[in-house]
Amino acid sequence: MAVPILKQNQFLIASIQAALSDKDLIQLRDDLAELVGRHRARGVIVDVTALDVLDSFATRTLRAIAYMTKLRGADTVIVGIQPDVAFSMVQLGLTLENVATALDLEEGLSFLQRRLEDGRHGS
Amino acid sequence: MDPEVRVRIQTSADVVVARQEGRSIAARLGFSNSNLTIIATAISEVTRNIVEYAKEGEVLITLVENGSRRGVRIVASDRGPGIPDIGVVMRDGYSTGQGLGIGLPGSRRLMDDFEIESTVGKGTTVTMTKWAQ
Repeated sequence: MAVPILKQNQFLIASIQAALSDKDLIQLRDDLAELVGRHRARGVIVDVTALDVLDSFATRTLRAIAYMTKLRGADTVIVGIQPDVAFSMVQLGLTLENVATALDLEEGLSFLQRRLEDGRHGS
Repeated sequence: MDPEVRVRIQTSADVVVARQEGRSIAARLGFSNSNLTIIATAISEVTRNIVEYAKEGEVLITLVENGSRRGVRIVASDRGPGIPDIGVVMRDGYSTGQGLGIGLPGSRRLMDDFEIESTVGKGTTVTMTKWAQ
């Protein structure tokens, strides 16, 4: 199940629609790393609202997406982690250290917008 | 008769099927959404280990009773290489594969009962249960 990736101005939005297998997650990671270059994107949003499970592999892959896109010059923010999913992640012992998260798409977009503006002002 | 689902585990797509089946069977016991998520996550972790280390195996998901308590039991088994030292793999952060080394100790934290049996060269069976309130 491929994840649709939309371009909005300088940002890419990966909007996950249904449960993803490990293989799908790897595909998403590789697609995003490539598309950041093709579209010269400065920010990436991965919307996980539709995911009812974020296990160790998914968490590790989200972290890899954030680090890989950073190396390609784009900030990534993960949005839409559901309360039950957050609870389960904490119980399992999973963290998203050094990865930006936001409540939803709207908050994610304003986070990236702020990052872009801070960058322009050289701070 | 209580429902019982057996899912053959060979690919990462089977891991998704197993956790969805587990969630839907557990939902019959009236678990909260948080607990359904926890059960699905634990199934995801133990079945991924099958794909990664044993190549193939199966997971059996059943409803069980113990006195007045009812619960969902997950038995994930394979005939893979087995685990030489279970004490080591139950430690957080230990992994010989691609993972974070959190799957087994994490699943034990997620579930109420957790047992692992393994024989080198014969395979591994993880049995875990979550009891409904």
